[in-house]
Amino acid sequence: MPIGITWTIDDADHMTQAEIYGQVLTKLGDKNKKIVAMTADLAGSTKIGAFQKKHPDRFLNFGIQETNMMGFASGLAEAGLVPVVSTFAVFAALRCAEHIRTDICYNRRNVKIIATHAGTSFGPAGTTHHCTEDLGVMRTFANMTVIAPADAFETAKATAAAIEHDGPVYIRIGRSFEPPYWKDLNFDWEIGKAIEIREGTDLAVIACGWTVGNAAEAADRAKQQGLSVRVLDMHTIKPLDEEAVMKALLDTRRIITCEDHNVMGGLGDAVADVIARSGKGCVLRKLGVQDRFSPHGSPEDIQHMNKIDADGIEEAIQDVMKMEFEADEDWEDEI
Amino acid sequence: MAVTKQEITKLTKKAAQIRKRIVEVTERCGGAHIGGAMSQTDILVALYYKYMKIDPKKPHWAARDRFILSKGHGGVGHAVILGDLGFFPDKDLDKFNKTNSCFAMHLDRTKVKGVDASTGSLAHGLAIGQGMAMGARLTNKKWRTYVVMSDGEMHEGTTWEAAMSGAMFKLTNLTAIVDRNMLCIDGHTEDVMAVEPLKEKWEAFGWRAVEIDGHDFKQLCDAIDQSHKEKEKPFVIIAKTVKGKGIDFMEDLAKWHYAGLDSETSKKAMQSLAKSK
Repeated sequence: MPIGITWTIDDADHMTQAEIYGQVLTKLGDKNKKIVAMTADLAGSTKIGAFQKKHPDRFLNFGIQETNMMGFASGLAEAGLVPVVSTFAVFAALRCAEHIRTDICYNRRNVKIIATHAGTSFGPAGTTHHCTEDLGVMRTFANMTVIAPADAFETAKATAAAIEHDGPVYIRIGRSFEPPYWKDLNFDWEIGKAIEIREGTDLAVIACGWTVGNAAEAADRAKQQGLSVRVLDMHTIKPLDEEAVMKALLDTRRIITCEDHNVMGGLGDAVADVIARSGKGCVLRKLGVQDRFSPHGSPEDIQHMNKIDADGIEEAIQDVMKMEFEADEDWEDEI
Repeated sequence: MAVTKQEITKLTKKAAQIRKRIVEVTERCGGAHIGGAMSQTDILVALYYKYMKIDPKKPHWAARDRFILSKGHGGVGHAVILGDLGFFPDKDLDKFNKTNSCFAMHLDRTKVKGVDASTGSLAHGLAIGQGMAMGARLTNKKWRTYVVMSDGEMHEGTTWEAAMSGAMFKLTNLTAIVDRNMLCIDGHTEDVMAVEPLKEKWEAFGWRAVEIDGHDFKQLCDAIDQSHKEKEKPFVIIAKTVKGKGIDFMEDLAKWHYAGLDSETSKKAMQSLAKSK
């Protein structure tokens, strides 16, 4: 558990994912004087402003200058500081892509990026404020660690872990009115280590971000129909927990990936890559944004359209269970 | 401290030696950005041989001054100086550009000792340098950050974002220098995308700006001294230079931005440098 952080479900009920991250970062900043928080005119929206109130001497606002902020963060790290940069995901990952790649990753600078309003979480704002490409972009940068926490509690743990981790980290969170999956912080969480939140042997749903809770709900519904569905909370997209993917593959041979992201480039492709390299037969369904720009609307409605809510995942489970595939020579390793 | 005549003589000799070595390395490596390496040489020589607190034996010395060649394509000129100072054996430059050597045309800070930022993509250096300057301030360190930019970088939006933040944060522990050689790859900056009036632009962004002859060590050193004394505003030196400086057939020609040199051209370049003042 991060030092000094004792959030409960009661806090999560009235604090958003971003608010909790802001509070966590502020508390971490109490002890770690190297943390410098930075934003681009979004102190309030990203909730990093909480840090500003407590540690104004270690807070920098760049106005609307995202690319300058990323380069600046790289320079701050040279002084041994730990810059934590926060802005909307679409600006962080896409507008600043080359600055993050060259100034931070290539230069091996210890910078943390906490990108809010990722996926379609800022639904009504429209496509300019959605970001369904960031996982794809960020995971192709060498030296980068990429995390999509399931909820506010995981965000708290991911933020603390990112500060401890030596190297660039990209954490994508929602706007964030996403319901919490966890009830408190009493669970183990480690960068690069998937959490099996539902056991199962018929099929495995590998999810990240706020679709994790949806996947759990879909698995619970499937259970009532006699299906044993495993759910992996794959909060770290890179480095991917390939061992957990392989285990799910060999145990179930039916995989569904789920993410609030384009099905190209994100978690689905990362998992597909492991499956393809294994040479094992498998049915794979990638749920997410099907290579299009999302329409505007409430995040719940958009998730429904993209079939990454519990209904959509449940439907996919039923579909995938009906599919046929060829057995390979290691077929006996299936449970 | 004001530059002396003896120092100017010494710096002038050093610059001549560096330019010759750049020609040698360019010939051997198959091609480099020789035009801009020549225009920046006097600026880098003034910084490295008179001003910067560095220790080639301790390249990661925490208290050292930081230097960023934001115009990363000048890497061949930067590497020649670092080799001359002893950050690595000068003969290592025989491997410049070569597969598996530590030297690409644009230097990698994780591979080449003495390099504080891996650059090459333009208009990244001033932002990084300002982060370093702010880092010194936040950690109560005395080191100073120097950033050398090309005039082509004045086209880029991030340069002007950084210009704003430099003034906003009053980063007076940083000296920025523009190598104003007037040429980008496709021609004269004022024909391709005008940057003038450059001094007025920097002033309008809240900087103290001076315009000098970037090949005159007296003017260069006086301007750098002035930047150290400035306590109110960040300081930019617009150093008017000549692309290909010192090699008569290269001077002021955009086509020498990047070039390979055969032995005959290299010989001619050496002869021209020998005659050059």
